[in-house]
Amino acid sequence: MLGDTGAMFLFLLESFGRIFRSWGQFRKIIRQIYFIGVKSVSVITLISLFTGMVIGLQMYYALAKFGADGFLGAAVSLSLVRELGPVLTAIMITGRAGSSMTAEIGVMRISEQVDALRVMDINPIGYLVSPKLAASILCFPILTAFFDLVGILGGYLTGVLLLDGNSGVYWYRISAYLKLSDITGGFIKSLVFGVLVCTVCCYMGYYTHMRRDAVGPEGVSQATTAAVVTSCVLILLSDYILTSLLF
Amino acid sequence: MTKQTTPDILLEGLTIGYGEQAVISGIDAVLPGGKISVILGGSGCGKSTLLKHILKLHPALAGRIVIGGHDLAKLDRRGMHCLRQRMGVLFQDGALLGSLTLGDNVALPLREHTRLSEKDVLERVQAKLGLVGLADFHDYYPNELSGGMRKRAGLARAMVMDPPLLFCDEPTSGLDPVTAAELDQLLLELKRRSDMTLVVVSHDLDSMRTIADHVLVLGEGRVLFQGSLPELEATQDEYLRRFLDRQAADRTTPRLTMPPLDFKVMKRDCSAYLEEE
Repeated sequence: MLGDTGAMFLFLLESFGRIFRSWGQFRKIIRQIYFIGVKSVSVITLISLFTGMVIGLQMYYALAKFGADGFLGAAVSLSLVRELGPVLTAIMITGRAGSSMTAEIGVMRISEQVDALRVMDINPIGYLVSPKLAASILCFPILTAFFDLVGILGGYLTGVLLLDGNSGVYWYRISAYLKLSDITGGFIKSLVFGVLVCTVCCYMGYYTHMRRDAVGPEGVSQATTAAVVTSCVLILLSDYILTSLLF
Repeated sequence: MTKQTTPDILLEGLTIGYGEQAVISGIDAVLPGGKISVILGGSGCGKSTLLKHILKLHPALAGRIVIGGHDLAKLDRRGMHCLRQRMGVLFQDGALLGSLTLGDNVALPLREHTRLSEKDVLERVQAKLGLVGLADFHDYYPNELSGGMRKRAGLARAMVMDPPLLFCDEPTSGLDPVTAAELDQLLLELKRRSDMTLVVVSHDLDSMRTIADHVLVLGEGRVLFQGSLPELEATQDEYLRRFLDRQAADRTTPRLTMPPLDFKVMKRDCSAYLEEE
């Protein structure tokens, strides 16, 4: 366990160091931004809209009991920006892109493609992992911001349009209670989650062949499952630590 | 233009394997430069494992591997970079990157290691693909090709840097006889034209007889024979003769001792479909 953590940290350092090795990396990074970022937009839109709508609905009834339904905008935006936005975005990207990172690298490992890169004197970590890491560092915060925005609109849909809340009060409370530190805290979280998810998923794929519980295609599937589960656990664990430190 | 040297490969007291498990122990052998050396042996005797150790994909358990006078274990990172850029490797199933087209696969080493313009890269790629008969498949993805085509594309990629050292792992396995013979001729032509050192791992006797200058036979975890092809053909060693003459081992006990499977044990009764009407 401790050895794995150390190996993962060295793996992260090497992949980070190789992001800036050559201009050729930029084309690969753009391709990964498209895969991790652009292709996740639809699922993030859907999840964030319904999350915002559900929070709007629940909060409205809870706040109305105390005659505080005017604070709906603040409640929705704070819970999304500080907590749910970064966490749910990271979990969604883990399911959509993280699992495929593990599977892709794992299949390349068992079909000798990683060995082929090594004998061609192309560093497999630089070639396969670094562009994904760079794209994750860029995409996680952007997608989190998108999640927050659509989620707040979802809260507006239920709280104002469906339940006849006051539109002006909704937006006013957001601007009054949402501070810059909440937004930067959310971004820091999403940045950490991006690095964590990418490192764990790529590491699990890269060392698929070292697994003792299964080999070959079954090893890839086990690695993919382990990568998703580990990433989700680490997201929630680090979320608690970051929340304690940041807010 | 300076002529590239064709390095010898020396294996000295080499023990290789995975983890603590030795597959081949304490072998001494020379794979001479400028020649085609064929590493021969039965399935599972450690041919591909030996190749992977020569390529330094795995560390040796004991002994030395020396390529062109350089001990692989002592070579620093820069030295290893230089050596690897002078090697071409054809893996058993080609090991092409599935996300790249054939052209991009072949162009990969050139784009990573040279300052050639894109026009020159494409010219070289097209020439190498033409050499293996795949000039019209530049834009195809590996999963759109047959196993034989993938293997030939893998050879084009291995050759694209014009390396003085070319390693091929089972280049003719799974190919039809005509394509296999063409591949053998291609390897011979390559050696003739560029005076390279070729190391071919194979258990294909026809292929070995066509291309080999030097043969290394592995078996029982050691080197059973090393020398020229005529020397191998003249050997009187019982195991090697059986191997070369494709004879099955003599058995004193019958191989088939079990009675045939009784259909009554089958979970689904298909007897109605097997009986004649």
